[in-house]
Amino acid sequence: MSLTTVKGILISTLIFPRLRDNIIAFDELKTDYKNPIDQCNTLNPTVDRVKKIKRVRLALKLVLPEYLIHVFFCVMFLCAAEWLTLGLNMPLLSYHIWRYMSRPVMSGPGLYDPTTIMNADILAYCQKEGWCKLAFYLLSFFYYLYGMIYVLVSS
Amino acid sequence: MPKKFMIFGQKWSCISFCGDSSSTTTGSASPVPNSYEYVEGGGYSGTSLQYLAAPPTSVPAKQAPPFGYNYPTMHPAYQQNPAPRPDSSPSHGGYNPPGYQPYSQPFPSLSELSSALGGLGGVSELEAETLRPVNLLQERNILPPKYTPPPEPNLSNDLRKVNCSPDTFRCTLTNIPQTQALLNKARLPLGLLLHPFRDLTQLPVITSNTIVRCRSCRTYINPFVSFLDQRRWKRNLCYRVNDVPDEFMYNPVTRSYGEPHKRPEVQNSTVEFIASSDYMLRPPQPAVYLFVLDVSHNAVESGYLNVFCQSLLDNLEKLPGDTRTRIGFVTFDSTVHFYNLQEGLSQPQMLVVSDIDDVFIPTHDNLLVNLKESKELVKDLLNALPGMFTHTRETQSALGPALQAAYKLMCPTGGRVSVFQTQLPTLGAGLLQSREDPNLRSSTKNVQHLGPATDFYKKLALDCSGQQIGVDLFLLSSQYSDLASLACVSKYSAGSVFYYPSFHHVHNTAQSQKFQKDLQRYLTRKIGFEAVMRIRCTKGLSIHTFHGNFFVRSTDLLSLANVNPDSGFAVQMSIEGSLADTSLACFQAALLYTSSKGKRRIRVHTLCLPVVSQLSEVFAGADIQAITCLLANMAIDRSISSSLSDARDALVNAVVDCLTAYRANGSNIQPSGLITPAALRLFPLYVLALLKQKALRTGTSTRLDERVFSMCELKCQPLLQIMRMAHPDLYRIDNMTDQVTHIHTGSVIPQPHLLQLTAEKLTREGAFLMDCGSVMFLWLGKCCNETFIRDVLGYPNYASLPSNMTEIPELQTMYSERTRAFISWLLESRTFHPAFHVVKDDTSAKTSFFQHLVEDRTESAFSYYEFLLHIQQQMSK
Repeated sequence: MSLTTVKGILISTLIFPRLRDNIIAFDELKTDYKNPIDQCNTLNPTVDRVKKIKRVRLALKLVLPEYLIHVFFCVMFLCAAEWLTLGLNMPLLSYHIWRYMSRPVMSGPGLYDPTTIMNADILAYCQKEGWCKLAFYLLSFFYYLYGMIYVLVSS
Repeated sequence: MPKKFMIFGQKWSCISFCGDSSSTTTGSASPVPNSYEYVEGGGYSGTSLQYLAAPPTSVPAKQAPPFGYNYPTMHPAYQQNPAPRPDSSPSHGGYNPPGYQPYSQPFPSLSELSSALGGLGGVSELEAETLRPVNLLQERNILPPKYTPPPEPNLSNDLRKVNCSPDTFRCTLTNIPQTQALLNKARLPLGLLLHPFRDLTQLPVITSNTIVRCRSCRTYINPFVSFLDQRRWKRNLCYRVNDVPDEFMYNPVTRSYGEPHKRPEVQNSTVEFIASSDYMLRPPQPAVYLFVLDVSHNAVESGYLNVFCQSLLDNLEKLPGDTRTRIGFVTFDSTVHFYNLQEGLSQPQMLVVSDIDDVFIPTHDNLLVNLKESKELVKDLLNALPGMFTHTRETQSALGPALQAAYKLMCPTGGRVSVFQTQLPTLGAGLLQSREDPNLRSSTKNVQHLGPATDFYKKLALDCSGQQIGVDLFLLSSQYSDLASLACVSKYSAGSVFYYPSFHHVHNTAQSQKFQKDLQRYLTRKIGFEAVMRIRCTKGLSIHTFHGNFFVRSTDLLSLANVNPDSGFAVQMSIEGSLADTSLACFQAALLYTSSKGKRRIRVHTLCLPVVSQLSEVFAGADIQAITCLLANMAIDRSISSSLSDARDALVNAVVDCLTAYRANGSNIQPSGLITPAALRLFPLYVLALLKQKALRTGTSTRLDERVFSMCELKCQPLLQIMRMAHPDLYRIDNMTDQVTHIHTGSVIPQPHLLQLTAEKLTREGAFLMDCGSVMFLWLGKCCNETFIRDVLGYPNYASLPSNMTEIPELQTMYSERTRAFISWLLESRTFHPAFHVVKDDTSAKTSFFQHLVEDRTESAFSYYEFLLHIQQQMSK
């Protein structure tokens, strides 16, 4: 138990910054136009586009590591026979698999399509998804922490 | 899964930038920034920590539970209904007498109803008329006899006079609801239909050093601002008070000083500014045209190359541009060929690149040449080109590599690439497989493969869009060519798509003529390069989704590599804040582009609409044509992202929801009958027409490419064209008289009445003209008036008429002149000439005419009356 939970904590700390960046990326996508007062900073279309696509790419880059870490995580729980913890993670795992299966047509890896991401519904969905997952990881982080301390104390 | 459109999106806290309506004016700020990087709008590129200010207050969208969908089956209620209408099936002629007499008596309790509606006190006469309840089950003749202009917004006369023309800018609700809650109650979509680069006969062009804009939200000055005093003006979008620059005090039209409210910017809602260098990122690009031509065996066989070369030769002088205009050609089969047209060469030099896996540009100069300097060589090439490939045995097509080559060639300048393709790409990057199963063409189940098979074309389009290259696609194929994948190359680079199914220069003269005329228009029409369009609206309104061909760069900014006068856009809006503190809502679309003469210009359209707080007023201001177009766009998005049946159910639910909302509003309306306000009386008809449109129909044999093309058309055509495609205009033209006429530019134009699209309106003795936008049918009944056939068509009798006539001869009879005057009057407002077919009643071609009679029943679809009953049944659930 202790070994896996320690790993869990490590991995959770790895996931957090990625997920936060992910949320930030979406938020920037959504709000970046809303500062016209800062006129000297007005955008140049090419620069703007590069930035926009970069942000989408950022989100792309963040997706796969997050998924892989989570899968790795679940495998570890499986090895340690932590059925309860595994059970808690199963819904998210299956969600990830479903999400990746139903992604738009794409030749490379990734989830987000730069041409549809600005659609208000999709953007809102991605943002909400990010926040929900952040909450989930945060809660599981404390749960693993609790598990580790419990094992350390009781042994 | 609820089969509804997410008309009302989810809320997310936003940082309002124009919220500070403080009336302090900081005199130091100049209205136009000096920064070079300044482009059309105010984007914000910071790496700021704005997200901290946006807590997750996500509110899940409200969704009513889905209605059951036993859609194709019939409810027993149909049988119980007394005196059902005898269904006239179009395939059997169906000249039955109208079965509608029992329903034609006027609705009995009209006055009762209008009093029951409530909230009608104080509404104008106009509104009372648009709110008049109509029982659709009883009123048969709901189609207006003439084209009806869109509803006028309820504004003061001064504002109405200067408001933007509805041809350019239309809103689905001419009375904007005050809150999202009110909009949700009305169950109507809120959105804009735009045709921003339309050919205009009159356009004030303004040259001034400073273009007056709001300091805060960057809106251009427009007729709907208010001047506080001589020196200050108040924005109508963010209500910030701005200074009037000195230059603005001078009026160039009247040459007077001190009358800022008489400047053309303030007198016209559509103006064009000549932009200064602040609005440029680089020197304005020259007009650059590259033609990418398929020369495989299939292409040569179809004979399009002749038509194209001849057309380009004829129009070479008329290509929009100046002395810097450049032109180039690339042809491809299994290899890619370039043409060196350097000035001074005795004849064009062909360079072949056979390495299609890694295509490269053989020489960097002289492939795109100055049209003026190398005109003779270009002409030589165009004359030689059709002959060069006559004996080719190459059947492969390397479209992907050719496009990559075109991209590399155009990269430094940007411009327009016109691609002519005649088959499925079979070689190199972007090769496609046939995905269509001909047996499933008429299935009533789901239609597969509406989306792209590969993202190669989309990626390429995004790259092109980044380098200001627009790609237009001409597909002339007789077989399946996977337009769903190919169209992506135009969709995201703001190009246009043209499709000529089974094109052949000899066997299919109608298509050939249409191709020729389309090319003529395409080559000579206005063009704008490196364009961006931004849509601004009053604080509280926000943009939800865009529809059309472009790349969405930011929440309100579209990037258009090329902009052409024939494309329209649709925008879905949502209301994020409350509009309670304002009585007017404004929308402004600003299109910044480089003209073909190398001038940077900004075209600004402003639309102003009243804000209302009553549900009945929202219904009164509904613009049914705009609503139909917006719904069509939404349905197409839905059918690609989800499925066709989902989209169809969502369309039906849109009508059901709206009518239920109306019924709930007027509480004591008797439950029998299907009551709509007069403004929405055509709603069920138009939705039925959409369901029977090629793009969305099921059960009728439709080739996948034609369906996808129809979807592309619905997405990017202007409103009137979409309406004609969905619900064609039908006229009887054999008995046109000079009595009902309309004088137009000196000639007398007869005005026959619009007829309902049902076979019962046709008679054996008549000749009927159906105008479907891109195609026109002249249907002749078996016993058609012989004088008409002789005087208009030039044949002695019905039997001697050929079955494939594609034009009306110019005869010197009064009958003929009258008919031709009417048709050319119909054609006047549109830019592309429709294909024309004379359809005899006893030929097989008549099915293509009859399938447009949307009110009739077909094997797989409801008649109009059945559809109404279906809606009624759904509503009572």
